Amino acid sequence: MATAEVYPASEPERWTYLDRVRTRAGPFTNPDAFDGTVVAEAVENMKILVIGAGGLGCELLKNLALSGFKNIHVIDMDTIDISNLNRQFLFRQADVGKSKAEVAAKFVEQRVKGVKITAHNCKIQEKDEDFYMQFQIVVCGLDSIEARRWINATLVNMVDEDVEDSYKPLIDGGTEGFKGQARVIFPTVTSCIECQLDMHAPRAAVPLCTLASIPRQPEHCIEWAHVIAWDREKPFPELDKDDPEHITWLYQKALLRAHEFKIPGVTYALTQGVVKNIIPAIAATNSVIAAACCNEAFKIATNCAPSLGYPDANYMMYSGNDNIYTYTFRHEKKDDCPVCGNLARELVVDPAWTLRELVDSFAVRPEAQLKKPSIRAESKTLYMQSPKSLEEKTRPNLDKTLIELGLANDEEIGVTDPAFATVSFKFKLKFQKSE
Amino acid sequence: MLKIWSMILQKKEQQKAENAEGAAGGKKKKVTAAQLRVQKDLSELSLGTTMTTDFPDPDNILSFILYVEPDEGMYRGGRFSFTFNITPNFPHEPPKVQCREKIYHPNIDLEGKVCLNILREDWKPVLNLNAVIVGLQFLFLEPNASDPLNKEAAEDLRLNREGFKRNVRSAMGGGSVKGQTFDRVLK
Repeated sequence: MATAEVYPASEPERWTYLDRVRTRAGPFTNPDAFDGTVVAEAVENMKILVIGAGGLGCELLKNLALSGFKNIHVIDMDTIDISNLNRQFLFRQADVGKSKAEVAAKFVEQRVKGVKITAHNCKIQEKDEDFYMQFQIVVCGLDSIEARRWINATLVNMVDEDVEDSYKPLIDGGTEGFKGQARVIFPTVTSCIECQLDMHAPRAAVPLCTLASIPRQPEHCIEWAHVIAWDREKPFPELDKDDPEHITWLYQKALLRAHEFKIPGVTYALTQGVVKNIIPAIAATNSVIAAACCNEAFKIATNCAPSLGYPDANYMMYSGNDNIYTYTFRHEKKDDCPVCGNLARELVVDPAWTLRELVDSFAVRPEAQLKKPSIRAESKTLYMQSPKSLEEKTRPNLDKTLIELGLANDEEIGVTDPAFATVSFKFKLKFQKSE
Repeated sequence: MLKIWSMILQKKEQQKAENAEGAAGGKKKKVTAAQLRVQKDLSELSLGTTMTTDFPDPDNILSFILYVEPDEGMYRGGRFSFTFNITPNFPHEPPKVQCREKIYHPNIDLEGKVCLNILREDWKPVLNLNAVIVGLQFLFLEPNASDPLNKEAAEDLRLNREGFKRNVRSAMGGGSVKGQTFDRVLK
């Protein structure tokens, strides 16, 4: 545009107040990064992905739509359960059984005119890198650590130093009862979810022997039915935690055990809660955390104010258990992080090499000098120096060529060596015929 | 491209000089964090003379069998095997370990479930497979009557240590104790 006017958003009147924030620099705005005249356009053109359309996801979609984002995708594999309705406010009783992503997308589209929300009713693992590549920002409202680790590893692995667009900020929210966290990850630059794995408290478990011999609480009786009685009696081939018949079986077992030890309090609902590890979700905690995540997305998109994540603090913890306490700090990147600490380096190899030649070559590589390397590809164990049984089984591979072993150009291998107790290496094979 | 990235990447570019061989992106099969961690744990395993492993499918290192052959204590002369199943969520989750034989032990029930604190309530991601196998080995050297999973065996150990020892021997030979027949585990 020729004039220095602020680039108008569609429906400028509607966003008047938002524009007061997003088009003006604040005292801490980075002057090199901020250009208030293009902000509205930039946000409208940005594609943002929300992972999860549950407690946090509903809040995130609503907040992002009301913050001027116009092209939002949402992905969730779940269907709506009646117990979601107390806090997942985009859903109604008639929606029970329908896809969360689809219902949430439709609701927000209808409520906030001009927003396009694309729903993906599937697991995040079903989408490939091309899918994730189309977004500028990814926001997670997940309840599973496994899913977080997966998306984190995917975004870190997508980074290609020569392609600026391959860098995707990841904003991750999480809540548990009155507690929660919001964090921002700039893949390969700042500490990632794998670096921060120890920040997640492991699921609280009761010793097996307590369950077996001295249950004291109704939860112990239910866990006993779940972990011990089920395995002993196997009433159905596989436990389906969503099958009322299976839960009923566990409930009745737990009830008998509770009578035996005179423990009151075993109910069907408690059984379901313990078996599915349901932590009571608190709507307002979700609001607090989703609001923080949305604001970070907004600031990253507009640069109107410094965001969480870089260069200083990247983690905000929120604790409402005991009064209110919140603290923001920088979680350091770990050099030995298996995801971001050792990105795969390129390794030029001749595909006609035997595995033995590859193993020996590690001893002389200046950055590695591995004397006893063990090597695996994603789905193939190439050679393990130990334990003995695995060494014997993989020893015949040493005389096979890389081609014979089924390795392909660009395939990744993991290399470990007991001499480097804390580090493991990843290499990406680059085939090159030697003369 | 987000503006913030151009700022960050400029800085990164400056630091990169020291680290000449940088990262390479790629679209092919990736080694997962759980696999790499198990690979590392396995290459650091110290099995000594009393333990061996078996990998039915060497390409799947997340599933294997550990054999323990105690050379002292009440279970001396036996050969016990445990299945190890590791989920993709390792090391956030502990490995799932189960004894394959029906044995007479206060901390292992008749289905093979093992009461070892680090397999459940005390597991932490900093622990490794070596810690688990040391724990298993310890269970045979020092069966623990105060954390019973097999209540009768624990009671037996507490009340009559010599009688318990005899019952262990007879169970290990495939005999029966208190109406239960056990698997023969003698070498």
